[in-house]
Amino acid sequence: MPDNGVNTSRRRFLTGAATVIGGVGAGFVAVPFLSSFQPSARAQAAGAPVEVDVSKLAPGQMVTVEWRGKPVYVVHRTPAMLESLPGQDGHLRDPQSKESIQPEDARNEARAVKPEYLIVVGICTHLGCAPTYRPDVAPADLGAEWKGGFFCPCHGSRFDMAGRVYKSVPAPTNLEVPPYTYLSDTVVLIGAEEGAAS
Amino acid sequence: MIAKLYRWVDDRLPVSHFWNAHLAQYYVPKNFNLWYFFGSLALLVFAVQILSGIWLTMNYKPSATEAFASVEYIMRDVEWGWLIRYMHSTGASMFFVVVYLHMLRGMMYGSYKNPRELVWIFGMLIYLVLMAEAFMGYLLPWGQMSYWGAQVIISLFGSIPFIGEELALWIRGDYVVSDVTLNRFFALHVIALPLVLIFLVGGHIMALHEVGSNNPEGVDIKKHKDAEGRPLDGVPFHPYYTVKDLFGVGVFLFVFALILFYLPEMGGYFLEKPNFEPANPMKTPEHIAPVWYFTPFYAILRAVPDKFLGVVAMGGAIFVLFLLPWLDRNPVRSIRYRSTAFKALLAMFVVSFVVLGWLGTQPATGLLTLLAQFFTLLYFGYFAALWYVSGREKTKPVPERITR
Amino acid sequence: MKPVIALFFLCLLPWTAHAAGGHGVTLDKAGIDLQDTESLKRGAEIFVQRCLSCHSAHFMRYNRVGTDLGLSVEEVKARLIAGAAKPGDTMQSGMPAAYANQAFGVTPPDLTLSARLRGADWLYTYLRSFYSDEARPFGVNNVVFKDVGMPNVFWREQGQQQGQFVTVKNGENESKALEGLKLVQPGTLTPEQFDAMIRDLVGFMVYMAEPAQLERKSLGIWVLAFIALFTFVMFLLKREYWRDVK
Repeated sequence: MPDNGVNTSRRRFLTGAATVIGGVGAGFVAVPFLSSFQPSARAQAAGAPVEVDVSKLAPGQMVTVEWRGKPVYVVHRTPAMLESLPGQDGHLRDPQSKESIQPEDARNEARAVKPEYLIVVGICTHLGCAPTYRPDVAPADLGAEWKGGFFCPCHGSRFDMAGRVYKSVPAPTNLEVPPYTYLSDTVVLIGAEEGAAS
Repeated sequence: MIAKLYRWVDDRLPVSHFWNAHLAQYYVPKNFNLWYFFGSLALLVFAVQILSGIWLTMNYKPSATEAFASVEYIMRDVEWGWLIRYMHSTGASMFFVVVYLHMLRGMMYGSYKNPRELVWIFGMLIYLVLMAEAFMGYLLPWGQMSYWGAQVIISLFGSIPFIGEELALWIRGDYVVSDVTLNRFFALHVIALPLVLIFLVGGHIMALHEVGSNNPEGVDIKKHKDAEGRPLDGVPFHPYYTVKDLFGVGVFLFVFALILFYLPEMGGYFLEKPNFEPANPMKTPEHIAPVWYFTPFYAILRAVPDKFLGVVAMGGAIFVLFLLPWLDRNPVRSIRYRSTAFKALLAMFVVSFVVLGWLGTQPATGLLTLLAQFFTLLYFGYFAALWYVSGREKTKPVPERITR
Repeated sequence: MKPVIALFFLCLLPWTAHAAGGHGVTLDKAGIDLQDTESLKRGAEIFVQRCLSCHSAHFMRYNRVGTDLGLSVEEVKARLIAGAAKPGDTMQSGMPAAYANQAFGVTPPDLTLSARLRGADWLYTYLRSFYSDEARPFGVNNVVFKDVGMPNVFWREQGQQQGQFVTVKNGENESKALEGLKLVQPGTLTPEQFDAMIRDLVGFMVYMAEPAQLERKSLGIWVLAFIALFTFVMFLLKREYWRDVK
């Protein structure tokens, strides 16, 4: 085409403007497509905090509840179990739970808001298997040193009765404690974010 | 640096060759009017459908028990799901709007004529596959209209002598439209037919670029070239038609968004009301009508009193379009230089197509059936009369060059 | 070109014709306003108190009503949730389907989408068109939904209506045709108050049928404005380049 009388700067400006607006438009279009990957209202409702009534739990007994699709272990610990905890510190990788995940009000030796009730996410911090609850002391398969706790069958990781990981097992950190609050003396709301803040 | 990388790639991949052959040095007549926007717009809607469709499959469940609920899940629980779903449902109807206008353009300006017969054939194949694609997609929401529409259309195959019943059974994979049917329609809708469409669209564009575009004057721009072999009445597609088509895209998107945000149901034409009730194999809705883009053919089907002949008429109404390049015997392409008889015939065709489309949405009562029969005759009459008229019509002289 | 433009307008004709067609019964205009959040909130309360005892809204979550209509989780719990449902749950009827089937002869349909299925005017007319009919199990019939299995749940508020019949001669046969309804026993609300109550309810049901419509309509303007800007710049660009073409 003949280029006589072509206003090159105007042409360049308009091309630039069109490119910018088109790019911004493409960005706008990308927003709904990318946000649709977020958890849906159904997933959020399913992941809503779960209420657990712990009054029916006998000492030494454990129940598993589902929260956000993950198993959460609730254990009613006996006084004997609680007494066994301080003695383990020397064998543990993170006895003070400094590297582990728990809400502030459960960052203590018992790793619980109320010591009698241990609430941990039942997923091994190694590769995500579900550890089994082994409250029995010194069973044949776990050895005479076993004071009760959680044993992961996948790669042999061991945790004590507060979900704290022992040394020289593959799991790097203690079992995660989810945020939770007591709605009353016996009803716990697992997953309530207020528990993490307080 | 980037230039160097580009050269490296270009030495190994025909990037610049493709760019020049189809865009920068592909010469297009300079006199395209409004009607010539619809080709690129069809491509745009196709892209919208593929993109929104992929996203819908991420949450849709192709099962009779879950399909309906999963669509409502997309509409409510998935973030922005409603927008993506409306893109797809609006896109489906707009695809046909654009394609029908694109086809009418071809009929007005004789774009199907020598040497573009194959372009037309490819286009017709696209239209045919698009109808199958739309039909199967319409079953997926598993509403009452989805279900009964599919039931009725598949039963049509049952009217074919000897093999009909077996064929219908084979298509459904069950004795009624069921979970099995839904599952296979899903597979065909989301992957098989889109792949076929992509190949056909490729063929359509390749065949077009081999012979070059027609234009509203119907003259051949390749007859008059300058010293360097460039058509005097042509302009390179890029930048001239890229910017022009992008302007068209803007106008189109405005209309598209207007529908999507303010009229997604389009008064029951784009999303039919009975489809807000889950499919119930035990209860037929009072009035079954296909989506608007099928209604002209549905009206033809119902206009014929015999079931099998009705199916033949419906199939014939689509098939006869394939023959257009050979039925129209006049070498003059554009409507601008053709006889009044031709103009009247084409107008008659458009009117009968539109009226049939309206009749297809209405219940088939006495008077309306008579009307449908009358307009079915006009529809087919167009092709018969075209063959006759085009053989002996008096045309105006076609100019050598594009002057207006 | 001219006839083509005329044809385009011809294409629009059937649309208007379709809008005019429809049911045999003339429907009253619901005249709902989705911007009137207070009305929608009242409608939500009526819905959960009255409709939810037999019907469900399988796809509507309580907390979605809260976020869209501006109710806090506590308000949702207090004003909308009666049973043990959680705010994230969908609205499920307390009535077991088998019992409902026995009591009404049909399973009460899910109401989430009924406003999209039937239309606001239909719902508005239907809910106000029950009249005494001894032949029916619940003693009422309905003008727009003949022999419906549902009782008039608003009889206390509305009062009792009686059908006004006229005799129609159809060749040899004589039949009775319903001409109108007459309030024979007033309810606790005046007809105007009752209409307003049903309008609240229908408004909520229209919202519930497509919760996204609130966002859709407010977002649409901005999208259209942006596309208009894009189109304008493309128009300038196109005109600039096409100066070359003579």
